[in-house]
Amino acid sequence: MKEKAIHVVLMLLAFSAIAALAVITAFIFKEGVPIIAKVGIKDFIFSSDWYPLEGQFGIFPMIVGSLAVTAGAMVLGVVLGLACAVVLTQFCPQGMVAVIKPSVELLAGIPSVVYGFLGVVILVPLIRDYLGGPGLSVLASSIVLGVMALPTITSISVDAFQAVPRSYREGSIALGATEWQTTHRVILKAARSGIVAAIILGMGRAIGETMAVIMVAGNTLDVPHSLLDPVRTLTSNIALEMGYSAGDHRQALFATGVILFVIIMILNSIALTVSRRRVRKGAAR
Amino acid sequence: MTQVPSSNGGVEQAAEWLMRRQPAAPAAYCPVDRPAKMRIEDFGAAFDGTEVLRRLNLEICACERLAIIGPASGGKTTFLRSLNRLNDLNPGFSKTGRILLDGKDIYDRAMDVAVLRRRVGMVYAVPIPLPWTIYENIAYGPRMAGVAGRGRLDAIVEGALKSAFLWDEVKDRLADLATNLSGGQQQRMCVARVLALEPEVLLLDEPCSGLDPISTAKIEDALLELKSKYSIVLVTNNTKQAARASDRTAFFLMGELVEVGPTSQVFTNPTHHRTADYITGHFG
Amino acid sequence: MRIPPAVTQRAAVGLMWALTILTLGVLLFIIAFILANGLPHVTWTFLSTSPESMGRAGGVLPMIVGSLWVAGLAVLISAPVGVATAVYLTEYTREGRLTAVIRFGADCLAGIPSIIFGLFGFVFFTITLGLGFSILSGALTLAIMVLPTIIRTSEEAIRAVPKSYRDVSYGLGSTRWQLVTRVVLRSALPGISTGVVLSVGRSISETAAVMLTAGSALGFPHSVFQSSRTLALHFYVLSREGLSMPNAYATASILIIAILLINLSAYALMRRFVAKVV
Ligand SMILES: Nc1ncnc2c1ncn2[C@@H]1O[C@H](COP(=O)(O)OP(=O)(O)OP(=O)(O)O)[C@@H](O)[C@H]1O
Ligand SMILES: [Mg+2]
Repeated sequence: MKEKAIHVVLMLLAFSAIAALAVITAFIFKEGVPIIAKVGIKDFIFSSDWYPLEGQFGIFPMIVGSLAVTAGAMVLGVVLGLACAVVLTQFCPQGMVAVIKPSVELLAGIPSVVYGFLGVVILVPLIRDYLGGPGLSVLASSIVLGVMALPTITSISVDAFQAVPRSYREGSIALGATEWQTTHRVILKAARSGIVAAIILGMGRAIGETMAVIMVAGNTLDVPHSLLDPVRTLTSNIALEMGYSAGDHRQALFATGVILFVIIMILNSIALTVSRRRVRKGAAR
Repeated sequence: MTQVPSSNGGVEQAAEWLMRRQPAAPAAYCPVDRPAKMRIEDFGAAFDGTEVLRRLNLEICACERLAIIGPASGGKTTFLRSLNRLNDLNPGFSKTGRILLDGKDIYDRAMDVAVLRRRVGMVYAVPIPLPWTIYENIAYGPRMAGVAGRGRLDAIVEGALKSAFLWDEVKDRLADLATNLSGGQQQRMCVARVLALEPEVLLLDEPCSGLDPISTAKIEDALLELKSKYSIVLVTNNTKQAARASDRTAFFLMGELVEVGPTSQVFTNPTHHRTADYITGHFG
Repeated sequence: MRIPPAVTQRAAVGLMWALTILTLGVLLFIIAFILANGLPHVTWTFLSTSPESMGRAGGVLPMIVGSLWVAGLAVLISAPVGVATAVYLTEYTREGRLTAVIRFGADCLAGIPSIIFGLFGFVFFTITLGLGFSILSGALTLAIMVLPTIIRTSEEAIRAVPKSYRDVSYGLGSTRWQLVTRVVLRSALPGISTGVVLSVGRSISETAAVMLTAGSALGFPHSVFQSSRTLALHFYVLSREGLSMPNAYATASILIIAILLINLSAYALMRRFVAKVV
């Protein structure tokens, strides 16, 4: 009897994650969808006019901004993140793993505001002085976000690399391949879907980051034309204007959240499918 | 019948120890007119639809040591784990037939599984100490059964360790981690852990498979003492052990009970030629 | 001309190491830069007084207290739910549709950006439930945010407990709940604590979600129904509005040190867990 009650209570608690997801989705959509319907989905997404006070809500520049900084962040994040993962799993003596791994985890733990702050005091002046432009730019955001997405990419690819059977590596080395040939022809290939999942989740991290981008992106409302132009992302649009918004304007910010939410969900489901395929393939082996 | 074990392994000390042991008491059999402690009736078991045990009929009598022998994958472990319903933990498990304990079907809905497992205790092939102190390990079962109070638990722990012939070796280190004991000591601790619940039936699944001859002998000695109080079912892949440490022997082959009888008879005059083959080592 | 494999090997390995060392360098630089500029300003007065004129002067005591309240409460709410979920997934049910749904929920939740949590917390907790900008609103929002982390780390820790312990415990007549509380959770505790500690760290670092739910009141919080600015948000305001660079650096130093301590203890717990179970 008592056991039965415990079972039921645990089951109910176990459903809180999915329940929370449902409630979050419901509330974000409830707040955001009406204004999208009013403005029209096409105008909302493809118009470049964001004049909340005049009732014009077009978030095209922010969508472009988010995609631009994310793409830039991925260049840096993937290169550094994968390099760390490769070193950690292939070339690194056990003693060094104990240093590098917690360090990468620590990188994930540093508050995003600190990243943004360092971007402002170090990166932005450097870019302004040596490359031109206002400094607050796509480039600065990309660099900051790249470093922030790196730990996600590293930790998930490390898992993917470790899931590759040892025998693959040993077999390849035994055939006379160098360590690098093995890594790049055998292991990277076998772990491919895991790496894809890692990159996609890293993208999610970058596209969803808010405070750090606000500080270094410049937040202008134009579509950026070069790496050195300032941008505004979907996330910073919400955080910047939420404080003083009301009525339709506030709803439009929620609508921005809806678009962000949809993008993230698409990325998430791609990552989930890819990594699930990997699990299934792994089980069949 | 008592057999002098060969000192395979060449440990003289072990051989000496074995020689000094008292001979087994005359075998006591289940009188036919008395209900058995456990009765297995037409019992069959399967994992995910694959039959592992087929139409088993067997009685386990009070105060006897029943040995179960047979080649690997014959279903011996599955049989033992069916006797205290540990197989229920496996989602693919299904069974047919009945197993009665004191005349009551243990697979009946009315049976409290926790109580059943206290009455039918089990020791596994490898010692599995929980990562706690010796005392906590032994007291775990009684505590789960609701026994409280330091004094009562102390007495139970001492009694159990004495019955398992381990008290003298560990009485000063009850607060040490059980994982620090030697393999043989760990296995006797596992026996003590089950005895602390004062079970009625004691199941042992190849309890000596990883142990040296001396530890093995100590466990066998303990079993001999214990048989006055418990029914003991001993699965072993060592026919010599079955010969010297049991009253009756059952031979399992590919999920079927080939024959069961007094140990002396099974070993000297088996009715089935496959039993003879297995005992003499002609078995593949 | 074909480059010999031995040369590519050395070049590639060298490059990989260089990139890794660059990453570590960035980490070291961040920590060193903040601490070098901030630590001199972290005085006892700074830690123990309230801010004056919007933070241009004075200290950060209310923010420290606010951060501790928000993060502590968030984890206090999230940990039981997360551990219960992990226990349910591992001990009370078999893999199937149900677990797939639960896992899907946790995985999706893990990917949602904090600003969305902020938006949600804002409409749901502060407005719909009427909790207003308050420590409680912030904590509830963060509790949902860290839930997936706690579920995942707890599940891993529980799965690392040897299967044979279950046989032993059930064999000795324990009920499932006794097995869970006395054997499984006891063995998995260090692993679970790792997840909990990391979640505290994540809650302390979080800014966007807190800004929209806990608000940014500067006063000393006396109850969970009051708004309170957290350290991370205070740091954001200080640096963004250029109120006081020394105070910004000092606040960042406190954050960095807190995160360092948290990660160190998580790491220590993890090592203990691995040593114990394996
Ligand atoms: N949990 C399980 N799931 C599926 N099949 C199982 C399971 N446990 C045992 N089996 C199968 O049941 C058969 C009997 O196994 P069991 O362990 O009972 O044999 P055994 O006689 O104890 O063997 P051994 O002497 O090697 O210990 C084997 O073919 C085994 O593969
Ligand atoms: Mg077996």
